Amino acid sequence: MGGRDTDIVLLDEKGIRCDGRKINETRKVSIKAGVLKNANGSAYIEFGENKILVGVYGPRDVHPKHLSDSDTGILRCRYHMSPFSVGERKNPAPSRREVEISKVIKEALEPAVMLKQFPRTAVDVYMEILQADGGTRCAALTGASVALADAGIPMRDLVAGCAAGKAADTVILDVNNEEDQAGQADLPMGYMPNLEKITLLQLDGVLTPEEYKKCIEIGIDGCKQVYEIQKKALQEKYFSKGDNN
Amino acid sequence: MSNEKKRHVIPGEVIVSGPYRAEQNTVLQGDKVLATSIGLSDVHDGSVRVIPLTGGYYPKDDDLVIGKIISHSAMSWEVDINSCYSGMLPATDVFGRDFSSHSDDLSSKLRKGDLIATRIVNSDKTRDPLLTISGRELGKIDYGELVEISPSKVARLIGKRGSMIQMIESATRAQITIGQNGLVVIACEDSDGLLRAINAVELVEEKAHVADLTDRISEMLELKSD
Repeated sequence: MGGRDTDIVLLDEKGIRCDGRKINETRKVSIKAGVLKNANGSAYIEFGENKILVGVYGPRDVHPKHLSDSDTGILRCRYHMSPFSVGERKNPAPSRREVEISKVIKEALEPAVMLKQFPRTAVDVYMEILQADGGTRCAALTGASVALADAGIPMRDLVAGCAAGKAADTVILDVNNEEDQAGQADLPMGYMPNLEKITLLQLDGVLTPEEYKKCIEIGIDGCKQVYEIQKKALQEKYFSKGDNN
Repeated sequence: MSNEKKRHVIPGEVIVSGPYRAEQNTVLQGDKVLATSIGLSDVHDGSVRVIPLTGGYYPKDDDLVIGKIISHSAMSWEVDINSCYSGMLPATDVFGRDFSSHSDDLSSKLRKGDLIATRIVNSDKTRDPLLTISGRELGKIDYGELVEISPSKVARLIGKRGSMIQMIESATRAQITIGQNGLVVIACEDSDGLLRAINAVELVEEKAHVADLTDRISEMLELKSD
């Protein structure tokens, strides 16, 4: 059911996936906060082979003016893949897919960001995918929330992103590119760990109700693991020099 | 209620749970108080706040800020106050009540690029914040060195009841005007004192979250003066 024909063994007899991970293991995630001098806040995230740079500007004046809202600030997100981020050159013009991902990431961040405090302003989040390997929307979301915190935008919680899915008839955590292409389902999630709320949920593929529940369960677990890394990245930037407690 | 030690927090982190008042940079979620900013938590007499370590300046009534004139219309100046909102300084504030847009020329008093020490009169966020330069210590700044620090670190530069800034001022004999928006003007007769004062301010900016900051600064100022 589902998936494309492929020669890759997605899951061997020992329960090891094509990149050597176990079924409930995320890829290696590393985040660095405050990497760009000219942005108000920034982050660089490596999520397995995904490499993403995020810059946050604002709150600042809204241009064009008609977009501004006198009751609240607005959040604008731009998810963009560099031409060199994938095997075949990607046209740098925003594609239908990028417009969609920008929108879902914006909506995933909105519950966390407290923009009511800054009417008539805009917060701009630019996510540049330098290298893509499946699961970029979760990685970009994760990086964006670190960059927003770095910019000092008030937030109720950080948003951590991680995908769950199904490949070789098994529910797996953190779907990579091969598993996304040849697997049966991909379920990206955004999650606020302290508020225990899901802010992003998409599903591409087919899952039974039981599998779906299992995916949500391990997805949340994955998000919590990612959250710890986000936390560490921020602590490293702000509290590591000459620590006092 | 006990006053617990200051802790490093990041957005979403639970500071305390129970009957507390959520103040600056915190939010109440059920019975938990969460931080909304990166900073140091401060629990005091049943109220919780976070002293931020990052973030821009948001205009507040009665704040002393340092602004730069961007432009002027027939009735007012537009002032960059290092915030997402630009300040508005009405011409009547400078020329007095009998200001006439026909006979008085705004650029004769303040030109584009001039620095002013100004106070925020009204900042209701539905309009741009209203400024005044009538008052003691306010008005055009004629000389001095402009240093920019993060607005979240201004409180640290001033110190408890002005202790930090007084220490720097007395050690270097410089006059330091601190704007709440993170702009600092340092004026000093001798160039050595000026340099030392600038270095001290920059060190505060760099090490704002360190506990023994006052000692470090005093050490630095004493070392240099020997």
